Order: sequence, then structure tokens, then C-alpha cells
Amino acid sequence: MTRTPLRPLARVLEARAKGENPDAIERENIRLRHERMRDRMRVRAESRLLMMAVMFVMLFAVVGARMGVLASTEPSEPRASAGGESIVAQRADIVDRNGRLLATNLVTNALYAQPPMMIEPARAARELAKIFPDLDEEELVEDFTGKRKFLWIKRKISPEQQQMVHDIGEPGLLFGPREMRLYPNGRLAAHVLGGAGFGREGVHSAEVIGVAGVEKAFDDYLRDPANGGAPLELSLDLTVQATARRVLEGGMKIMDAKGATAILMDARTGELVSLVSLPDFDPNDRPVPLTEGDPSDSPLFNRAVQGVYELGSTFKVFTAAQALEMGVAAPGTMVDTQGPLRWGKFRIRDFHDYGSEMSLTDVIVKSSNIGTARLAQQIGGDRQRVFLERLGLTEPTPVELVEAPGIAPLLPARWSELSTMTISYGHGLSASPLHLAAAYASVVNGGCKVAPTLVRRAPEPGCAERVISEKTSRTIRGMLREVVTRGTASFAEVEGYAVGGKTGTADKPRPRGGYYEDRVIATFAGLFPAHDPDYVLIVTLDEPTVSALGEAQRTAGWTAVPVASELIRRVAPLLDMRPEIEPGPAFGVKLTGN
Amino acid sequence: MRGLIYVLSTLAVIALAYWAYHENYQTQQALREVKSLQRQIGDARERLAVLRAEWAYLNRPERLRDLSELNFPDLQLMPLAPEHFGSVAEVAYPAPEPRFGILDPVDVAARLIEGVAE
Repeated sequence: MTRTPLRPLARVLEARAKGENPDAIERENIRLRHERMRDRMRVRAESRLLMMAVMFVMLFAVVGARMGVLASTEPSEPRASAGGESIVAQRADIVDRNGRLLATNLVTNALYAQPPMMIEPARAARELAKIFPDLDEEELVEDFTGKRKFLWIKRKISPEQQQMVHDIGEPGLLFGPREMRLYPNGRLAAHVLGGAGFGREGVHSAEVIGVAGVEKAFDDYLRDPANGGAPLELSLDLTVQATARRVLEGGMKIMDAKGATAILMDARTGELVSLVSLPDFDPNDRPVPLTEGDPSDSPLFNRAVQGVYELGSTFKVFTAAQALEMGVAAPGTMVDTQGPLRWGKFRIRDFHDYGSEMSLTDVIVKSSNIGTARLAQQIGGDRQRVFLERLGLTEPTPVELVEAPGIAPLLPARWSELSTMTISYGHGLSASPLHLAAAYASVVNGGCKVAPTLVRRAPEPGCAERVISEKTSRTIRGMLREVVTRGTASFAEVEGYAVGGKTGTADKPRPRGGYYEDRVIATFAGLFPAHDPDYVLIVTLDEPTVSALGEAQRTAGWTAVPVASELIRRVAPLLDMRPEIEPGPAFGVKLTGN
Repeated sequence: MRGLIYVLSTLAVIALAYWAYHENYQTQQALREVKSLQRQIGDARERLAVLRAEWAYLNRPERLRDLSELNFPDLQLMPLAPEHFGSVAEVAYPAPEPRFGILDPVDVAARLIEGVAE
């Protein structure tokens, strides 16, 4: 670059000659030079800005174009990744606690017709009616020749039927792939599983949605692709469930009962190992709900969860537990049982006359209504209510069945003193057998509250919520054992398993008030082994009768108890429990100080 | 010199183009293989699901019970009951070898007397 001098000699001399200031020339030249430099810098800066702008435009264009491409192209699976697709079906399987299948999916086809594409509609209708006897030929002809452009013929067809339809050779008959829910064990655990049906249907696929039971309660979980097709693991044991159902079905027939329920629950965790309600249904072919009459007559009715009954004397245990816990009475305290007990115009009677007084243990063992009512009077209604609330007997159970949250126990409108007395022996408060199972488990397992569950879970260490003390729980277990050894549940004895339990026979209420004379709900609430309970068992029979000793017997001791005893005899070995010798009353370490 | 560079770079371009073409086709072939393999895996999984369902159906407790009842003369299977538990102590140890090789108590007594006499 050629530099122009700031003080050109010629101009300086000329200026001097004219008498001007030569510094003005220098300043003028400096100004010009700065202007030139400024112009150059501006051009450079402008070009840089332009460059930046072009780059930004290009980058945004790339991002925009990429977004456009992503938005407009069809999604495709990543092909290059290893492992492959692990989700086979749109709905996860359900398995029992040992991993045996309870519910899975099968791929089948749906049959539909497009009448405009049909060549021989009459022949197609005739052939279809031959393959599917439940279809009406005339209706099909009407549909095929009418104005309809599309109709479903069958939701699910077998491969053989598909081949036969294919052999008709009618181009207007088409198949759409379908996933169907299959319950390989049929009626077993029907009420727990519930069933599934189709949701939104299209030609290429259809939604499978749960309609009842765990299928509906876990609908979102089962359909969540994020689980990667991992099965839902229930706490049920398939073998135990099968045995329990078999025994209960036999018992129901022998006792001539209308319905029956058996609940086997882990006393510590609240896991339901078996839950049977009879009569039941096949979830593969779910019957339609009754539109009229009593819903409890339908096989869809889950007696264990949905049926709220007055459960009778089984409630006496709660009264006794509270009396012991509060220190109102000790096992040996004598309780007045002189009957009948009058309260206003209401009279409380016992099944037999037990004399003027009995010890608390005997009140439970012999099942005295009067004795329990007297205890309840001492406890008081408010405290009784709080205690039953803590046992979960006043609100719906938290079990994972879609039916459960709507089933709250029926409580008296006003918790009067009379209600307190009747509730103490199980009348005036209706609860489901599942409520009873959870409450019994809480009372006998050492006093920790148990929430019933159908999902397999690890036992929690420690005690989250204490209902009664360890000592009271032990005393109650001793009393329940005595009920079996010398009381009302003597038929429940199974050698080697130290069964304890309490019977309950409650008259069924008439729909229009009052009670039936000859219809009862017989309940046995038991535990085994009584000295260290692993399981709680509830057996309930609806309207049982059996003839023994020359007359018709309806009490639980004659009906529910023998069924429960057979159930324990058959089920306990399946639960890996070997018969053992019961430790005597003096067993255990006594702590002494000196 | 310059000519040589031109020739060499042209050759390099041709070689690279051939390599890229080759790789492209190999990748496409690999992707096709992956696709067919994944379809096979999918089919296999579907078949597995059907077989599992069939296994569960054939092993349902009701059917097994009926079968064991039908075949009772051969199998003699009974439902599990508390009496069926045994203890290790009930298992017989192999019978001890007889000390003298003779089992008749009279002979044993005679042999013992002989032993004392000696």
C-alpha cells in the first residue's frame, strides 16, 4: 500500500508562501485517511454480517427442512439396533405368583363383508350360515343385497373357520387381524381376572380393553408399551386357587348353598393367595350382566368383594380384642351373660342359655351375644367406631379390583348404644368377606394393619401401622385356637396345622326389613397355624343347609366349618407347610429379673 | 509432476467412488437382512406366545386333575395331603452287613460261645 505523506512538501511550501497554516494541510490529510479507513472497515463489517446472516438462514433452513421431513414421512422402526422388538402383543400377560399364565393373547381374525364387492351374495349368505350356525341366512341376504357398504360378521374366528370362509371364494368377504384375550384356565380366578373386550375397532386392528377385575383396574399398566411387555404378576397361586375352588364347589353342593366364597390371605403381607367366589363364569365368554332382578344372583357377582353381609359372631373377636387392649377385661374376667338382655323393646338372646356369667375366653369360645354386648356397652360406641375404622371395616378395601372402591360397608345411620351392642356381635354392620379377612389378618398377625392386595409384593419390614399390641394379638390367637379345640368350630381341627378361628351365623335380612327365619350366611374366619399364623382363611356360605342329627342344620359350625377344614387340609400342604406339633401353652422363654 | 498429480487424484476419486458405491450396496443388503431377521424374530415370538398359551391351556389344573383321575389305575396319584409329608429320619438306611455272615440267632450264639471258649 502506498502511503501518501501527511505533509506533502510542495503544498506546505505553497501554503507558507501564501501565509497559511501548514498544520491545516496535515489535519486535512489525517481526516481523509481516517475516512478511507472507516469506509474500508464498514465494508468489511458489512460483509461479515452478510456472511453471518447467510449462515444463520442456512442453518435454520436445515432445521426447518429436517422438521418438515420428520413430520411428513411415515414412522419406521429403527432397523439397525440389536435385540429386536420384544413387545409381541398390545396387552401384557397376567401371571400368577409362580409365573404360570393366567391371561395371554392370541392372534385371530375378524370377518367382515363389503357387499358392493360381492359377486354372489345369496350363495355367500347360504355358505356362511352353514359355517356359523348362529348366523341367520335371511338376515345375511338382506344385509348383503341392501344398501350397506360394510358390516362386521364375526369378531373372532378360528383358523379352521377362516379356511372354510376362504373356500367360499367370495371376494366381498374379508378378514382383519385381531388380537384376542385368552384365559387358558377358564373359570379359575374368573372374578379376579374379570375379562376383556374390544374397544375401538378398525379393519386392521382393534383395541383390547379390560372390562372388569384386575384387567380393568390395571388397564393402563397392561397397555403401557414402556413396560416392554413385562407380565403383571399377581399374588394368586394357581394350584391353590384350583384346589380351593374344587373344595368349595364340593362343599357348596353338599351344604346345598346358593353361593360360596373362600379367601386365603397371607396374614403378614395381605397378599391374596386364593380368592374364589361361586357361582362363577368363564372369562373367555363373559355372560351379559343381568338387567333386572338382584345383581347378586348373576355369576358375575364377586361375593368376596362386592357382597356386603352381616357377618355375625365373627365380629366378636374385634370386641374382645378392643376390650383386652383397653384393659376393660382380661381373658379370665367374668362377664355377665344372664339373658335375655333387654334394651328398650329390643331383646338380645343367645343360641343356648349359658348361665349367669362366663369368662371372656368362654364368651368367645361359646359365642355369647349377651356377653359381647355387655362388653361393648363398657367400651362405648365412639371408641368402638374408631377401632373398627382402624381395622378398615368402615371404608372400601384398597384391593386392586375395579369393583372394590365402590363397595363400602353398610354402617348404621346413627351409631346408637343399641347399634354398638349389635355390631359387637356382627349385626347392624355389613361388610364384605374381604374386609373381614383383612381385619382378621391385622388382629392375629401381631397387631399390624394389613391391606389386602392382589399384586405380588415383598414383605415390608417392621410394622407400618399398629392396630393392637403384640400381647393382645397373642391372647386373641389363643382364644381362637380354643374355639376350635373346645368351642363352636370343633370340626375345623386339622391335625398338624393348629387351626384357630371363629364361626359366624347371621340371619339374612329380608329386602323389605326384618330377617328370614331359615336363611343364613354362615361364615368361618380362621387362621393357621394359630401360634404363629401364616394364613388367614375366610369361608362364607350363602343359605347353606345340611341335615345332621336328624334335623336341618344351618349354623356355621355345621356348614362353613367342615368346608374350611377340608380346604385347609388340602391347601396347606400345597403351601409348603408340613404338619407340625403345636407348641404347648408353657412353650416359650420367660424373661425374669433378679 | 503436475500431470502425475492429476492422474493420481483422478484415480483416487474413481477408487473412492467405487468404495462408496460398494459400501452403500453392502449397507442396503445388511439392512434387508436385518429386516428379514427381525420379521423372523417377530414370527418366532408370536409362535412362542401361541405355544405358551397352548402349554398353559393343556396344563390347566382342571385338565390335569381329570387326566390323573382317568389314569388312576396306572398312576395312582392322590391329591396332596398332610400325611404325605415324611421326614428324613423315616428313610431307612441300608441294612448293616451281618457281622458273621450268618443270620440264624442260634448259630450266632454258638459262634459267640466258641469265641469265649477260645
